[in-house]
Amino acid sequence: METRPSASPPLWLLAELTYRCPLQCPYCSNPVEMAAADRELATEDWQRVLREARQLGAAQLGFSGGEPLVRQDLELLVAEARRLGFYSNLITSGVGLTHERVVGLREAGLDHIQISFQSAEDEVSALLSGSSKAFAHKLAMAEAVKSAGYPMVLNFVLHRHNIDQVDRIIQLASDLGADYVELANTQYHGWALLNRDELMPSREQLIHAEQVTNAWRQENPDGMRLYFVVPDYYEERPKPCMNGWGQMFLAVAPDGMALPCHSARGLPLQFPNVRDFDLETIWRHSDAFNAYRGYDWMQEPCRSCPEKERDFGGCRCQAFALTGDPTQADPVCTKSEQRGLIDTALAAANCHATGGTSLMYRSLQASRDILASQS
Amino acid sequence: MNRDLIPSLNKHFRMQWEEAQGCYVLLYPEGMVKLNESAGLILACVDGQQTVADIISDLAARFPDVEGIAIDIEEFMATASAQRWIELA
Repeated sequence: METRPSASPPLWLLAELTYRCPLQCPYCSNPVEMAAADRELATEDWQRVLREARQLGAAQLGFSGGEPLVRQDLELLVAEARRLGFYSNLITSGVGLTHERVVGLREAGLDHIQISFQSAEDEVSALLSGSSKAFAHKLAMAEAVKSAGYPMVLNFVLHRHNIDQVDRIIQLASDLGADYVELANTQYHGWALLNRDELMPSREQLIHAEQVTNAWRQENPDGMRLYFVVPDYYEERPKPCMNGWGQMFLAVAPDGMALPCHSARGLPLQFPNVRDFDLETIWRHSDAFNAYRGYDWMQEPCRSCPEKERDFGGCRCQAFALTGDPTQADPVCTKSEQRGLIDTALAAANCHATGGTSLMYRSLQASRDILASQS
Repeated sequence: MNRDLIPSLNKHFRMQWEEAQGCYVLLYPEGMVKLNESAGLILACVDGQQTVADIISDLAARFPDVEGIAIDIEEFMATASAQRWIELA
């Protein structure tokens, strides 16, 4: 284990409490190998992780999953987070939320609840989530969140099957009294990568959705804030993923695996587990967290690129998933020799329309089947 | 700027001192703003009770050597309001 004392503090802790989830969204960013991580951390483990992360300087905390509401100790963890001085965010589908829990979590000190929606319509929502009742419940819970005094952030994951509804999505968010709305195009990791050809919007769809979003912003300058995230495949330069590997973001998976990015589980590294090491050792000294810090690990064209300090070579998970080598440039970059992998996927998305019939839905059983086929 | 306005922190924001970063930060849903020293000092006076004029006279008394402090404070209030960190009412 090498020591690099220059590591900056992990300002963000993402606590993925469980991979269990009542929904089956095919764009889920959870790893497809999630069934292998079935031994969840206990309440005391999570309380220790929160304390250690706060000592290292973490201030923002996300409770995520899977569906974090599945964990019945969520209120206990929220209370510990408040005591420690975290700003805590609950990232939820809203399924499993009740009026009592909305209020109880507020009393425990939760700062913010983000509810994710599949669409602005019942039928599309049912198709994508695998649940016919989820949509009405989400609406009711969004109203409960608002009336309990939380800031209201709604998240809509966009893809080919709902991006043309963006006007109705914005209207729904406005009707619900949202303060912030994330119109986040699917990022193609985990289950979403498996379903990429079924989910990727066409360039026309994307341009239209951005135009609608910009028009709403201009007409409502003092209205809710809209954040529009494009799929990085349509960019020419990679995103500065996580602001650099091991720079400010620390995720802990349900089984205690510590990761510099919640999609990193599949990378060919030995990730440390919080059951075996304290977070300071993991953050500062583990080989996995040091693997892609700085610039020495880079190959060309990144190594000599003047833009490397801005984008850090892009996303390690995407480089590995698409090229088989995590030290390659993120193939989104047009300077990458592998950019053709991205262009081929885009060409497919722009020339054939599919009806969503061959989507692979996220489930623990599907994950077990994938693991069995790999071994 | 009307100095009779009373600034208050956006109720969805929390301001706190962060030892690891050596500064005040503003925390909000999935976001964090690091405040420089003067921004931290001004925002620490924003309590939903004092007017802009009160805050100016308070800080002018504490920092008599800083020239143009009133203008700095007004400019910060305008920026913070545009960023929705504070509401002026």
